[in-house]
Amino acid sequence: MNILQKLSEAIQQGDDRLAASATQKAIEQQLQAAEILNNGLIAGMDIIGQRFRDMEIFLPDVLMAARAMHAGMDVLKPLLLQAGVESRGKIILGTVKGDLHDIGKNLVAIMLKGAGFEIFDLGVDVEAGRFIDAAVKEKASIIGLSALLTTTMPAMKEIIDLLKERGLSDQIKIIVGGAPLSQESANTMGANSYAKDAASAVETIKAMMV
Amino acid sequence: MSEILDRLTAGEILVGDGAMGSLLIQRGLKQGQCPELLNQSNPKILEDIARLYFEAGAQIVETNTFGGSPAKLHAYGVDEQCEILNRSAVECVRNVVGGRAYIAGSCGPTGQMLKPYGTAEPQDIRTGFKRQIGTMAEGGADLICIETMTDINEATLAIEAAKAVAPDLPIIATMTFDKTPRGYFTIMGVSIKEAVEKLVEAGADILGSNCGNGLENMIEIARDFKKLTDMPLLIQANAGKPELRDGIVFYPESPAFFAEKVPELIDTGVSIIGGCCGTDPEYIKTIKSTVNRYLHK
Repeated sequence: MNILQKLSEAIQQGDDRLAASATQKAIEQQLQAAEILNNGLIAGMDIIGQRFRDMEIFLPDVLMAARAMHAGMDVLKPLLLQAGVESRGKIILGTVKGDLHDIGKNLVAIMLKGAGFEIFDLGVDVEAGRFIDAAVKEKASIIGLSALLTTTMPAMKEIIDLLKERGLSDQIKIIVGGAPLSQESANTMGANSYAKDAASAVETIKAMMV
Repeated sequence: MSEILDRLTAGEILVGDGAMGSLLIQRGLKQGQCPELLNQSNPKILEDIARLYFEAGAQIVETNTFGGSPAKLHAYGVDEQCEILNRSAVECVRNVVGGRAYIAGSCGPTGQMLKPYGTAEPQDIRTGFKRQIGTMAEGGADLICIETMTDINEATLAIEAAKAVAPDLPIIATMTFDKTPRGYFTIMGVSIKEAVEKLVEAGADILGSNCGNGLENMIEIARDFKKLTDMPLLIQANAGKPELRDGIVFYPESPAFFAEKVPELIDTGVSIIGGCCGTDPEYIKTIKSTVNRYLHK
């Protein structure tokens, strides 16, 4: 097994110490930062994402894998910056106003980071305007909205309407997700996309960026 | 009222209550507001809801304390009010149904992830549950309903807490399962088999499932439980998976659909039937009359 496969395995197993040391070894073997990122860290998270989507593994496995990914990232970060490796794109994320649930949103953040995106996580109970201000400030083209409560689904529509009002619907796209959502409710509120889980959020966002 | 466990063991079927959150919203709870604060600021609302469910036929009425653990209240910055909010919640239900229906002290997840996959210390979570459950027991709860759990470790911490501070009260423990290609699991990866084993080992008296994606899944879940255990089983299903229609949240499963499916739950051997998200007193009335009709068939 080469070092990048080992790194990917360490991430899948959720072993943060092994992930850090494998990243270090890969650097010592003079591999490119982008290669370590894509074929080690991202490759490992990609498999985790697929297995989670297929319900072969569950939330604790993903959280442990994310920890391992972060451990590897911490080692790799100086090299990435030095090499000027750019992120795949910027995404604004948050749980909408009135909703304090963050597990699903955090999971999406983990998966997107794992796929090489730069994430601006606004947290929970986020006012409509803050999403849009953040997207404008960071020049992000996608906003991801999360809700767990059925009662906060209307808050998503508010953000979509506000985006229209400000004339930004062409530049900034909205993707929604969360337990009470469906493709149908996403269409009704006028979202650009819906993701039924964190792994599909990554695939959908990749498609939206093209 | 006789001991609930004796009644269930004797084969009685009891009716639980329905959703709390949507009824609170109808009565003025704002988005982002802590629901438990109403127990103190507006107890009439909670008495009103308890009365509606009791009059609809609920024999077990839950307190508005789903998010009443200090860890959950902390999200709203009101964790120091844990005792007063839990006490007043029990009082509201007791004022209405005291001695006529069982008061179930609701205890939901803290919303925090336990170590090692999260940052919460198990002993802190257990201590918090002790504060909440101890207060409800002192206030006169007849049983403790630990519900909507997805992490078996958090569920067992709550059961341990209940055993420690309210050793005489029966404990209901329910988890929320999703359908996967390999059967039903919680989002945290707990199978029905693991749930049965560990909840019983921790000391739960009544097992079951609540929330989820509607009644049809619940019938399958109940069957899986019954294959593994003879313990009394509680099922509180959502009225289906919610949809957004014209900006309003709509639950696809009607009381009539519940009337059709409740006999199947009884056939499966479920002992307590109630509702979760999307249900209201109308659903409970239907469940009650369906149960009555079934038993007198």
